[in-house]
Amino acid sequence: MNTLDLLIQGLGVAIQPMNLLYALVGVTLGTLVGVLPGIGPATTVALLLPVTYRLDPGGSLIMFAGIYYGGMYGGSTTSILLNTPGESASIVTALEGNKMAKNGRGGAALSTAAIGSFVAGLIATMALAFLAPWIVKFALAFGPREYFALMVLAFVTVSAAFGESTLRGLTSLFVGLALGLIGIDQQTGQARLSFGVPDLLDGVEVTTLAVAMFAIGETLFVAAQGRRAPDRVEPVRGSLWMNAADWARSWKPWLRGTIIGFPIGAMPAGGAEIGTFFSYAVEKRLSRHKDEFGNGAIEGVAGPEAANNASAAGTLVPLLTLGLPTSATAAIMLAGFQQYGLQPGPLLFATNPQLVWGLIASLLIANFMLVVLNLPMVGMWVRLLAVPKPWLYAGILLFATLGTIGANPSVAELVMLLVFGLMGYGLRVFGFPIAPVVVGLILGPMAEQQLRRALAISQGDVGVLVASPIAAVLLGLALIALVLPLILRARGRGQILAAVGADDD
Amino acid sequence: MSTELSQKPARRPDRAALAVAAVLIAVGGVIAWDASHLNAAVRYARIGPQTVPYVVAVGLAGLGLWTIIEALRGDFPEREPQEVRPVLWIVGGLLLQLLTIRTVGFSIATGLLFALVARGFGERRWWISVPAGVVISMLVWLLFARGLALTLPGGPLEHALSAALSALLTLVVPGSAA
Repeated sequence: MNTLDLLIQGLGVAIQPMNLLYALVGVTLGTLVGVLPGIGPATTVALLLPVTYRLDPGGSLIMFAGIYYGGMYGGSTTSILLNTPGESASIVTALEGNKMAKNGRGGAALSTAAIGSFVAGLIATMALAFLAPWIVKFALAFGPREYFALMVLAFVTVSAAFGESTLRGLTSLFVGLALGLIGIDQQTGQARLSFGVPDLLDGVEVTTLAVAMFAIGETLFVAAQGRRAPDRVEPVRGSLWMNAADWARSWKPWLRGTIIGFPIGAMPAGGAEIGTFFSYAVEKRLSRHKDEFGNGAIEGVAGPEAANNASAAGTLVPLLTLGLPTSATAAIMLAGFQQYGLQPGPLLFATNPQLVWGLIASLLIANFMLVVLNLPMVGMWVRLLAVPKPWLYAGILLFATLGTIGANPSVAELVMLLVFGLMGYGLRVFGFPIAPVVVGLILGPMAEQQLRRALAISQGDVGVLVASPIAAVLLGLALIALVLPLILRARGRGQILAAVGADDD
Repeated sequence: MSTELSQKPARRPDRAALAVAAVLIAVGGVIAWDASHLNAAVRYARIGPQTVPYVVAVGLAGLGLWTIIEALRGDFPEREPQEVRPVLWIVGGLLLQLLTIRTVGFSIATGLLFALVARGFGERRWWISVPAGVVISMLVWLLFARGLALTLPGGPLEHALSAALSALLTLVVPGSAA
């Protein structure tokens, strides 16, 4: 069967009334939570994962796809109307979008962001559908050492290759790897780092860690800033409809943003931010209205928003085809699969094609729902931004603890939530990135398993890890991704890396 | 990684960063100590349950040393001054919730958390925040525990609510009480 048949079958699954309802609930909840300031897609999916616990796997993943895309849409609304972007990937959107809102063009900014996200989501999801079977075919030949090499590459790109500091990225990663060691060793059944505490034998739940680090850590951090920098919500002024000039100036950035964003998400290159920065730089260079950049250029919203959504769809490529999470959001989605005993990867395409293709088709449907839901209802979402901080964060913590105790009704889980929340706060204070901790926690044990399998096959000969050309190339890339940024930073204080984000004047 | 570390203004050499380094090295030490107690008899092919922990321990210790170097050279980024009090309110709320949830049930414990977090963000009107928190938590409990079948610990309030609901249900739909 070819991809198109499979996709049509998937659509058949996705348009069953119950599944449509799940998708609708998912996009609504996702937008609702995603629009809250300080909450990005990763926190959104972590907070809402427990909502899906009692559904069947298919319905749960469909709702989840809706939550994911909804969170992305909600985040862009926040960054346009509020100058504190809800997610790092929307920082660039905030640059021009917030200026546009201040100039009374908030409606057009929201429209170009929403339609751009739609276009990018549509193209990127189709690209995902057509690329996935090809990668799956390729990945079937992968053995433990290739997987191990791939995971090492993901570790490096998530933690060290981009961002401010190799040191702090790697430290976050190793904190995550250390947390991943806790619990019973999968191969020998011995308890590691459990110190005789029974609650630790099962290890640290990814969702607990993610909710603690993102939702509670962020809440503590915002609280500790006191009353500094009060946020101002820009009212949506101006027509929501874009005029002819807006369309003319938007459609190319949408397509360029998609072309830039998708491959960056699909390669284990770490996070959606990079794509948005590239897209912004490209649009600034190509625009005929360079003078408007910094004062609300519509291209600067259209391009990065498209890139943002395209790379979000892109991260699903390694997640679904290889079981490899390359962002915090993908790590939580992987946890969502694992709660049903499903392991994404080439085998899932063979054993459970209905589920995989139903999920991909649901992404398309969620995308349609979002553009229909979001534009007319934006006024309602905007009202959420006006919720006073005390009630907002009190509500966020209510949901954070609800999800944790709902997933695992034990006080020990709440203790972990508090401890990791404080840790997340500390990491923020010292400028450590959070995503590598989450990715390290879920990917660490997987990488260990592959390493031990590979070395068991070779009877302990470490040379086997580089004996396959694919593994050798991947490990070589990982080494370059680790060393090159170090050299760049040591020389020009990381000008090239900073250039990706240097345009925020 | 504790809250009071961040209170001290960064001076050269950066003491807080040195403390971070010390924590990293100590955690590395604990991991190595734990790994040394693992039964290596099941080890074959030179790799066993202790191998990766040792790698992580060495990695953490190495990163700790690197952090020391950055701290001494003043390369570690400066930190914004942090206010402790709001953090304490929120942490207190979380502690109160986890200590009381078994006895008083989800709604009251979480309602108190709600009020304490709001207090951390400057909301002083307890007579609004506590009832609001309890009512919202009760609605959430209703939605998730009854509607979505999540296991949320119940207390007197939840039992009363459940009883009232089933009574209502029997009134509306006779014979459907569960």
